[in-house]
Amino acid sequence: MATQVFKIADTFRKDAKYTFCPGCDHGVAIRLVAEVLDELGLRDNAIVAAAIGCSVTIYDFLNIDALESPHGRAMAEATGIKRARPDKFVFTYQGDGDFASIGLAESMHAALRGEKLSAICINNTTYGMTGGQLGPTTLVGQVTTTSPTGRNLEYYGYPIKIAEHIALCDGTAFSARVSLDTVANIRKAKQAIKKAFEVQMKGLGFGFVEILSSCPTNWRMTPEQAHDRVRNEMMEVFKPGIYKDITEN
Amino acid sequence: MSHIVIDENRCKACYLCIKECPKNLIKVSDKTNNLGANIVEFCDPEHKCIGCAMCATRCPDLAITEVYRG
Amino acid sequence: MVAECVENKKVLIKGNFAIAQAAINAGCECYFGYPITPQSEIGEFMSGKMQELGRAYVSAESELAAINMVLGACSTGVKAMSSSSSCAVALMQEALSYATADELPVVLVSVMRGGPGLGNIYPSQGDYFQSTKGGGNGDYKLIVLAPSTVQECADLTYKAFYLAQKYKNPTVLLADGLLGQMMEPVEFKPYPYPEIDNSSWALTGAKGRDGRIIRSYAPLADNQCEFLEKLYEKYRKIEENETEWEEIGTEDADIVLVSFGSTSRNVKTAAKLCRQKGLKVGVFRPITLFPFPNKRLNELADRVKKFITVEVNMGQMVNDVKLAVNGKAPVELIHKGVGAPPSPEDIMSQIEELI
Repeated sequence: MATQVFKIADTFRKDAKYTFCPGCDHGVAIRLVAEVLDELGLRDNAIVAAAIGCSVTIYDFLNIDALESPHGRAMAEATGIKRARPDKFVFTYQGDGDFASIGLAESMHAALRGEKLSAICINNTTYGMTGGQLGPTTLVGQVTTTSPTGRNLEYYGYPIKIAEHIALCDGTAFSARVSLDTVANIRKAKQAIKKAFEVQMKGLGFGFVEILSSCPTNWRMTPEQAHDRVRNEMMEVFKPGIYKDITEN
Repeated sequence: MSHIVIDENRCKACYLCIKECPKNLIKVSDKTNNLGANIVEFCDPEHKCIGCAMCATRCPDLAITEVYRG
Repeated sequence: MVAECVENKKVLIKGNFAIAQAAINAGCECYFGYPITPQSEIGEFMSGKMQELGRAYVSAESELAAINMVLGACSTGVKAMSSSSSCAVALMQEALSYATADELPVVLVSVMRGGPGLGNIYPSQGDYFQSTKGGGNGDYKLIVLAPSTVQECADLTYKAFYLAQKYKNPTVLLADGLLGQMMEPVEFKPYPYPEIDNSSWALTGAKGRDGRIIRSYAPLADNQCEFLEKLYEKYRKIEENETEWEEIGTEDADIVLVSFGSTSRNVKTAAKLCRQKGLKVGVFRPITLFPFPNKRLNELADRVKKFITVEVNMGQMVNDVKLAVNGKAPVELIHKGVGAPPSPEDIMSQIEELI
């Protein structure tokens, strides 16, 4: 008798189909979030503050309560939800532009206040939904539609290392950077998401995971080439790892 | 018997799963789905599948909806 | 520092404190704010009181964050508010547009100061347009209530929470620096309105049901048309049911002075002075700026010879009065850019010039 070792998470909306481009890692990230919500028994109690960009569609796929937020403000929305209903499990799912550019103040201050929130940030080094413009995480040298000759430091300045910054905030309980380039790393990513959710459940503080993801469409690459880029270029600059975990001390 | 279930209409033909299978049991099909994509199919006449779920873990579109082991 | 407020007893209290106390009496569960003169006392009062009551207070990192925190809290069905002033309310416009589209019962207290830009901290009515016409994107309306006394600051704060909940629409209490800073005796009655049941839409976790989505994103044009029609049907209902104004001496008036908020106080005195001189002058004070009392003004225009709006701005409400009167009578403007309202004598002499 064969045992089922993989199924679609109960938290996933029945019959929902991803609307992302072929090979996009958003699908993996959202699936992992759904699986962790299932495994931690959080589905019935969870509220997500969705962001703007490709990440906004998370509410089409997760069968949980959701509030759309203006661009960059998901962390403020989440703070409001959590303060109003401290017994709820509240998290955000944001892109790098949302979390670390337009919403950097909200993100940092939520971490500094030690809000009992969890945040997932998809880092794909570009603004995906709007067509691949330069974002806060665009790598030095990277060509985008608004850095046609590549990101040079003199002209555009440096990309931000989000997980390191969030780890520096005293209210942060857990901050990690993971990658979705290989199956092994996908499994590690799931463990990190679980940890970021658990620190909220235990009331320890702010939990954060930055997920290095591919954007084959805007990178003008095949899905496989895109994962090679994540591994060979992104992970060289944005080193995966756990940058803060107060449960380890 | 170990095997996988593919939801043809979720497949977007990114083919990431093909490389992932340690037994090379997934290949591009001649069939197309409602997106017009040449979908992947699971071919395991010799029952080599070990139910590792690497393909489902990799699939960004939840097109591999079930994996059984044993 | 703060007058202890006891219901059914008059206390001498500053407008800002009266608003804060009324919000607490109304059952406001969450306050999110960022300091700005001339309304900072609201946040100061809230910071201590909310904590004492086991309610939520957050010193937000910006007005952008503060108002979005209100949206978040309101999405769970609780009463929540922020307060701010002019140039900082400007920062909140995007979120207010979202709140109308998301149909969230946001309450915002806007205590106007001088503008444009940083302007100054003197009283002003320069944000009539900001609150009634909106600085956010798209077709939407905020319910706007304009108190003229500290007692009304308290009473209309109650009403702001009620209307916001009843219509699931952001509601603004539009005060100004004068009302925020002045002290008057106030009686705090218990919250007089019924509680609204939010359980059909609030985000509470999807136990036993499908996940609810509160969003404005409508990828299809048809969806958006349908939504806007529904939204405007709601606004028509608000106009029908909630339009409020005060009239003094309009029965026989040849001239009607139209004025809102703190300015209307001197306008009322000016009308009395005019009456003493034998001029038939009445006062019309819109209390709801949206919905604006168009219908009543238009009725009055059948008989009234002239309308004169008196405002502390460069002439904003005067446009709405003209639209309401619709050419039936001339509409003039007496105004002062910023600061304390013109004195009754000053208003009277300007009336005499205009006739």
